[in-house]
Amino acid sequence: MLTLYDVTLGSRLLLGTARYPSPEVLIEAVRASGTQVVTVSLRREAAGERAGQGFWSIVRDLGVRVLPNTAGCHSVKEAVTTAHMAREVFGTQWVKLEVIGDDDTLAPDGVALLEAARVLCAEGFEVFPYTTEDLSIAERLCAAGCRVLMPWGSAIGSGRGLNNLFGLKALRARLPEVPLIIDAGIGAPSHAAQALELGFDGVLINTAVSQAADPIGMARAFAQAVVAGREAYQAGLMEPREMAVPSTPRVGTALLR
Amino acid sequence: MKTIVIGAGVAGLACAVELAERGASVEVLERGTRLGDGCCSWYAGGMLAPWCERVSAPPLIAALGDEGFAWWSEKYPGMVRRGTLVLAQARDSAELTNFARRTERYEWVNADEIAALEPDLAGRFERGLYFKDEGHIDPRAALAALAERVRALGGTISFQTEWPAASVAGDVRVIDCTGLAARGVLTALRGVKGEMLHVQAADLSLSRPIRLLHPRTPVYLVPHGAGHYMIGATMIESDQPTRISARSMLELLGAAYALHPAFGEAQILEIGTGVRPAFPDNLPRLTRHGDALYVNGLYRHGYLAAPALARRAAAFVLEGRTDPEVMH
Repeated sequence: MLTLYDVTLGSRLLLGTARYPSPEVLIEAVRASGTQVVTVSLRREAAGERAGQGFWSIVRDLGVRVLPNTAGCHSVKEAVTTAHMAREVFGTQWVKLEVIGDDDTLAPDGVALLEAARVLCAEGFEVFPYTTEDLSIAERLCAAGCRVLMPWGSAIGSGRGLNNLFGLKALRARLPEVPLIIDAGIGAPSHAAQALELGFDGVLINTAVSQAADPIGMARAFAQAVVAGREAYQAGLMEPREMAVPSTPRVGTALLR
Repeated sequence: MKTIVIGAGVAGLACAVELAERGASVEVLERGTRLGDGCCSWYAGGMLAPWCERVSAPPLIAALGDEGFAWWSEKYPGMVRRGTLVLAQARDSAELTNFARRTERYEWVNADEIAALEPDLAGRFERGLYFKDEGHIDPRAALAALAERVRALGGTISFQTEWPAASVAGDVRVIDCTGLAARGVLTALRGVKGEMLHVQAADLSLSRPIRLLHPRTPVYLVPHGAGHYMIGATMIESDQPTRISARSMLELLGAAYALHPAFGEAQILEIGTGVRPAFPDNLPRLTRHGDALYVNGLYRHGYLAAPALARRAAAFVLEGRTDPEVMH
């Protein structure tokens, strides 16, 4: 079981709600995925005027926990304001904290992220920071009060999977007790399975599902991949070897040379 | 028996034309002061692009849209059928592959073929998709043509008139095409805000709608002749037709500039925002409620789907025929 801020979840798959062909497809994909947590972005413009209520009520009615995010924020102030709005709209202390540092790669701004995390943790938010594999930022986020981290696999929406395996493994090894959810860059179920095989606690998927030709089928595929990856991790993966090792004993076969 | 059509957007006017052509006595009531007032049809792109839309919509939209070409060419002589060109910047070329994989009725075009189709784009794009069967209309001229047709067939259009109207007496049938205003009855409706620009780019003569794919902000341009282009349109889950945001403006203009730097010299003629009415499946519906038939949820497919829906609405109202694909 996965525990995020004292909430125990049966599914290790988190799903984003953006860019589905329709809300109805979103609803079906959430069902097919078995997820218990969805993320939702608040465009601040809409939040201020309650204008997104049509869509937000659909998200609320999904019957799963909502993790509002601060997508599109570039500064501490924007992120904190958006978190306040999210708390008001969705009635949750949870917030997925994104502070974008670079518009092209959508890479997080570690410095601003840390500052925003400090502010929000102090205000009682339960913060899920979108970060990189950077160890010192990760440790400082934990010191600031974050009890879950969301390191990227690769750039948001790129579908390139786990780009820096060495860095991600080092992060996992450094923070064995902190739930780590791979956020961003997962393009295929095999990427998700790989993340779980490496001991990451879960994955958050959006584009790979919402932009699939059949989002519902893809949601189901990811659900299975996450289960497979987790079971493989628990079962203990074999180490790769340098040469072939036959699984059938060679005793009794003729050695010709 | 008289038929009252409420709402003079593309859905209402298409229904009115269809009914009047079948001999019904039609009166259109519009709460706005003039054609297009407070109506999202006024801000549409006017693309008749069933196969491009097929990428993100169920097959029903393409089927309804395919039905609309003959209807539009008969009702509105300004319909242009020169296809749609779908392009992406080199670094976003994966978007083209994704797009192509989800639809049909297109061909791949290379740099030379793109230059042959749109000489102003020569040397700018290595490959693209050409949907030769698609078309486009000027949505405002098309609305005016439909209104004129209604009147020519003996129908009336009354502005600044809400239903129920004191001026209408006796036994009537009602077709409600009021978009998001019907939310009190059609409670599943939600609004999806769109933002668009009209620009004048005298140096460019593009002849067909162009879609520029981008992983975050896909944008399209529709030429309306004489250097006049509509650039659209954002999709924001929002019920309010608030003003355009700076970010949206940057994205729309940035895409136009990426398509051709001459758009940098364009004059901005108009900034528009509207709210599309949508059901949870983003598909249009004919709904019976009380004595009225509601035609709603046309979302981003107003001009594409209105003819087919109007036919079905008229067939239901006049002959009692129902089509389970669109009737709810």
